[in-house]
Amino acid sequence: MRNVCVVGVGMSKWGEVWRKSLRGLFVDAALEAVKNSGVDHLDSLYVGCMASGPFVSQEHLGALMADYLGMPGLPAMRVESACASGGMAFRLAFLEVAGGFSDIVMASGVEKMTDCSGDDATAALAMAADQEYEVFNGATFPGLYALMATAHMAKYGTTREMLSAIAVKNHKNGAKNPVAQYPFEITMEGVEKSVMIADPLHILDCSPITDGAAAVIVTTEEIAKKLGKPYIKVLGSGVGTDTIQLAQRADMTAIKAATIAAERAFKMAGKTIKDVQFAEVHDCFTIAELVVLESLGIYEKGKAGPAILAGETALDGKFPVNTSGGLKSKGHPVGATGVAQVVEVYKQLTGQAENGRQMPGSPKIGMTQNMGGSGASSVVHILEVT
Amino acid sequence: MTMFSSRNWREYPQRYRLEASKFKKSGKTYFPPRAVDPETSDTVQEKVVLPDTGKIVTYTVIRTAPGMWADNAPYALAIAELTDGTRLMAQVADCDVNEVKIGMEIRIEFRRIQTESHHGVLSYGYKFVPKWY
Repeated sequence: MRNVCVVGVGMSKWGEVWRKSLRGLFVDAALEAVKNSGVDHLDSLYVGCMASGPFVSQEHLGALMADYLGMPGLPAMRVESACASGGMAFRLAFLEVAGGFSDIVMASGVEKMTDCSGDDATAALAMAADQEYEVFNGATFPGLYALMATAHMAKYGTTREMLSAIAVKNHKNGAKNPVAQYPFEITMEGVEKSVMIADPLHILDCSPITDGAAAVIVTTEEIAKKLGKPYIKVLGSGVGTDTIQLAQRADMTAIKAATIAAERAFKMAGKTIKDVQFAEVHDCFTIAELVVLESLGIYEKGKAGPAILAGETALDGKFPVNTSGGLKSKGHPVGATGVAQVVEVYKQLTGQAENGRQMPGSPKIGMTQNMGGSGASSVVHILEVT
Repeated sequence: MTMFSSRNWREYPQRYRLEASKFKKSGKTYFPPRAVDPETSDTVQEKVVLPDTGKIVTYTVIRTAPGMWADNAPYALAIAELTDGTRLMAQVADCDVNEVKIGMEIRIEFRRIQTESHHGVLSYGYKFVPKWY
């Protein structure tokens, strides 16, 4: 297996980007990644996207994006694993370079979510759940995570305050991220007074609907060195899956797919969670960040909430989480999220995080955790700067 | 998007009669039925009917609902563990949504689920109701 690096990242402003189409969002991010990396060609392209069909009636994204990137002829493929599509696209680019099949691959993700009504967008997102046994019975995505939150609160005494602290912390980081959809701070009281979506989750516990794209260039260490640009190394990559239905999981207060994915990524990297200094995790809802931190082994079961309240996961804390602002503040264009997590880790490890968002202490190893649905799929990457 | 009603009809055995598969090797029951036991890879199974009582293990109240569910909100959604250990998700009907609790005993009843679904037909299935009701 060859050493694989990320050199050059691209991400345009996220939000309700009415002036940009699905392909326009992708092209902006892709051209920026090409420019920042200095590569003169690509050998192949992966496009992570969850639901361009339901959102904008467009499928066949591999060919479409290669065409509009000005590279017709390029091997290109769309990758789908619900909200983990971007992370999976990055993994495939990694595998292709590690295996020696290509030297320079673009991993990208894109989602255009505001060209349809909120109802249609919600229905599209719900396609990640079991249509016949969850959605049929009235389950929504906030509803599924709310079921986890109720169970976690009952089992471990997790409180409203702990969940609010996650949203407040992520907005504090996102306020310093120039591409974030909601770059402003919020208060604990603001979260608790916001409209109730599914008990106990308020609207400010939920990540938004977002238009956005992200792209990174994945290549060999040899080429990365020659390009003379800052680069990071991919130490490990892991994927895990679980039952599609939340009801069928033995423990509804943990995300087993994330645990399995992390075990596999750490095994490949020859590292443990103790070697990692910060993480970008999938906070589609506040409870998701809390459960994931426990499922990854960063905190013991039931211990993440108190640690978050104590500020341990803040930008200047013991273990910063979602320095980008996370899905909550930065936005969640579902197919792009997993790639954007790699963009943030790249920026932190190469000292390029903007506007005072750079975490202290020159971190050497960071990780990403991206997941699909209510946690039926998850992908983890361990990244290092040398 | 219009879907053919065969999609609805295929699920009748589960939604109307709570049919599940019980695997020989592990003795575990799965709802809805599946071909392979995830624990043992066993494919030898018998058709069983789920018990119709159990208790709620987690719940939420959907207060803001999209599309066809908007008029139903607020409604309670729960996962119940039945007396044989099987778990399934359904709405909780016939009680104040604020009274739903973990540990609450429920019974399963045959109910209308959707009036104008993407199947284009009335859809029926199961809901939980308080056991004492």
